[in-house]
Amino acid sequence: MPTDTSATPRLAIKGIRKVYPSVIANDGIDLTVMPGEIHAVLGENGAGKSTLMKVIYGVIRPDEGELLWEGKPVIIPNPAQARELGIGMVFQHFSLFETLSVVQNVALAIPGEFDLPALSKRIEEVSNRYGLPVDPRRLVHALSVGERQRVEIIRCLLQNPRLLILDEPTSVLTPQAVRKLFETLRQLASEGVSILYISHKLDEIQELCHTATVLRNGKVTGICTPAQETPKTMARMMIGEDLPVCHHGEPGNEGEVRLRIEALSQATDDPFGTHLRNINLEVRAGEIVGIAGVSGNGQQELLRAISGEEPLADHRAVQMCGVPVGHFNPGRRRALGMCFVPEERLGRGAVPRLSLTENILLTAYRKGMLFSGLIRWGVAKKFAEDCITRFDVKCGGAGSEAKSLSGGNLQKFIVGREIMQEPRLLVLAQPTWGVDVGASSFIRRTLLDLRNSGTAILVISEELEELFEICDRLVVIAKGTLSPSKVTSETGVEEIGIWMSGMWPDAEKPGGTSHVA
Amino acid sequence: MWLKFEQRPEPSRTMTYLSPLLAVGLMFLSGLILFLVLGKSPVEGFKVFFLNPIKDSYGIAELFLKATPLMLCAVGLSVGFKANVWNIGAEGQLLIGALMGGWLALRFETSTSPFLLPGMIVAGALGGMAWAAIPAFLRTRFNANEILTSLMLVYIAELVVSWLVHGPWKDPDGFNFPQTKLLSATATLPILLAGTRVNAALLIAIGALVAGWIFMNKSFMGYQMKVAGQAEHAGRYAGFSAKRSVWIGMLAGGAMAGIAGISEVSGPIGQITEHISPGYGFAAMIVAFVGRLTPIGIFFSSLLMALLYMGGEQAQQYLNLPSSISKVFQGMLLFFLLGSDVFINFRLRLVRRRK
Repeated sequence: MPTDTSATPRLAIKGIRKVYPSVIANDGIDLTVMPGEIHAVLGENGAGKSTLMKVIYGVIRPDEGELLWEGKPVIIPNPAQARELGIGMVFQHFSLFETLSVVQNVALAIPGEFDLPALSKRIEEVSNRYGLPVDPRRLVHALSVGERQRVEIIRCLLQNPRLLILDEPTSVLTPQAVRKLFETLRQLASEGVSILYISHKLDEIQELCHTATVLRNGKVTGICTPAQETPKTMARMMIGEDLPVCHHGEPGNEGEVRLRIEALSQATDDPFGTHLRNINLEVRAGEIVGIAGVSGNGQQELLRAISGEEPLADHRAVQMCGVPVGHFNPGRRRALGMCFVPEERLGRGAVPRLSLTENILLTAYRKGMLFSGLIRWGVAKKFAEDCITRFDVKCGGAGSEAKSLSGGNLQKFIVGREIMQEPRLLVLAQPTWGVDVGASSFIRRTLLDLRNSGTAILVISEELEELFEICDRLVVIAKGTLSPSKVTSETGVEEIGIWMSGMWPDAEKPGGTSHVA
Repeated sequence: MWLKFEQRPEPSRTMTYLSPLLAVGLMFLSGLILFLVLGKSPVEGFKVFFLNPIKDSYGIAELFLKATPLMLCAVGLSVGFKANVWNIGAEGQLLIGALMGGWLALRFETSTSPFLLPGMIVAGALGGMAWAAIPAFLRTRFNANEILTSLMLVYIAELVVSWLVHGPWKDPDGFNFPQTKLLSATATLPILLAGTRVNAALLIAIGALVAGWIFMNKSFMGYQMKVAGQAEHAGRYAGFSAKRSVWIGMLAGGAMAGIAGISEVSGPIGQITEHISPGYGFAAMIVAFVGRLTPIGIFFSSLLMALLYMGGEQAQQYLNLPSSISKVFQGMLLFFLLGSDVFINFRLRLVRRRK
């Protein structure tokens, strides 16, 4: 450990408290980061990690508590001040202008005059020194997600930060890109930069971080040395109980084909979208098929083609339960037994300002909720209440507005609504994205139960770990094409990781703009 | 100390319903100041404008008479507004409805069939719908903004009416006035209350309010339109047709405006002239928003708007104010409503100035 207990901490925060109208986000949090230390901040969704980081970066002001920067009390009123002190932050959602080049984007964040050629040189220096290859002249929209993250990191590094905050940095990276990022972070730490690493991925924290502060419900529930812990013990600190074990079991016998995608090619109008090229896929009753891939490789387009939100000219390109449905809208596909959990919950999977009962009606209206064009509100309310109980949705009742629920609870509600319709084919995008560990494990178990009862399930996810846990077969999407499928037990993270860069056997030569990290 | 706007964690329900009342209060207040500035006694002005029109039962009957077309137009428009379909051409749809229904009455001027009047109402509704179908088609086929197209069609409708009453439809025995023949008794809406001008159109309007309430609160189609209006992507995800929402929203507004038009022609006016509507189609938009797009609210706000029309006439007569005074009050009402609506999502807070 590079930390020295006698040294002055780079940052020490004491008794930070931040209260929002409906929730106490931070309740007396202490945290100490030494120079050269990689310090994890671990916690479930809504534990208060982001609020704490925003306090440190000057985005929000705490109600109580103090910050000591290198031993001196400071007040950080805004991010500019934070950067001046030497604090840099890489956000989970990138803040880059897609139509500008890398160097132009960096220039916007750096105070002082624009001198693009000089800045390009500095970018190249930093990128060589830390193994973050990026061409400063390229336009951001042509960069992969991994490259965009590099730009964000370089932008921070140019200001010589002494504390770097990274918010869930690996959620968008391939396993190989994660390796590279870790090397860079270790190099930075060895040069004395302190790093605050926010994550809920226990294995990464164990591998990378020197110390971890665990948050739950806005309070610190433990400080530990990850190397001396197991994922299980850290999970207990994080969620307050043991994680239930997920039993995979064997897939059922060869069931009938519920979803068949046949030579699907679809061009997109979106200049930043991905064209789908010759996609073939089958999902049978009683199996879970997973589609892995780095985001932006055609997942959105493929999902819209399957759900019917983007009807296709070729009727036979998508077939459900033997019926060509390419030209069907989502309502007609649902009538055949399809259910779909989209990636965006608010605004797509649920209407923010409507109650949960009204949101049940959005897709489950076929379950006896209509009577000659009029709504049977009683039936809808009963369904909503059942869903809330069965899926343990924490809310104020069936009358609560969808937007009043936390992301994880709303996800449980949407997943519950779709599952309770007893689908013959269930399609899910990022089923546990942003959902806390306990709830994700519950959702995965429910999916396995559903598979065992004979539903065909297709999962598109960026979380490899999750796909390996629940899927019977895996395929990879890259640059709008689909790899051959692999039985999960016959492949591994390494192989799928390489495939995620589009390099599977018989793959077309990579070319054009790719979104591969 | 200074005041700061602060976003509420969630929209205030209280303010949603308080805001129209606040707007009415502010409108009254500014009205009094306006009278003062114009050199009239504010007390006198208030009496003339807001109390005189309804001081007897005849006045109250007139209030309901004027509120009827407003109710009809506003309830039709609110169906579209809830789904973010911005039909602002109700005035034109009202005129075309009046023309279609009126044409039927003139075509069968000697008829005594009991089906003539219902036929005229249906023709009025169809006329309004036909006029509303143009922006609906342009929007769903070419993605043309319905705000612009429906508004432009108002002026076309006005010119069509003007051409007809100056030309082909002009009453040959009408001393060259730009108006048609008077409608026969068979083609005239029956009076509800002897000695007043309130007619059966009020019942149609109240029926429309009830139907509107059922549509918005109980029907699946109304629910789909609400979803389409609030979250377009959720509507597409669920498989609700966005185009159907546009069509229903536009046609509901057109049908109701058309009925409002024909009930003016076969009611208080009794013939087609150039002045069928004193801007009911436009005022109905204010009515719909002051009534919070709910039928119950629209019932009351249309009475208020009718009072503004009548007050304006009184002010002309007794205070020598120009006729545009009622437009000024309409404008103030909308202005204050939009201002007060800010408080649904925001609140004011006293903040100590930081050093």
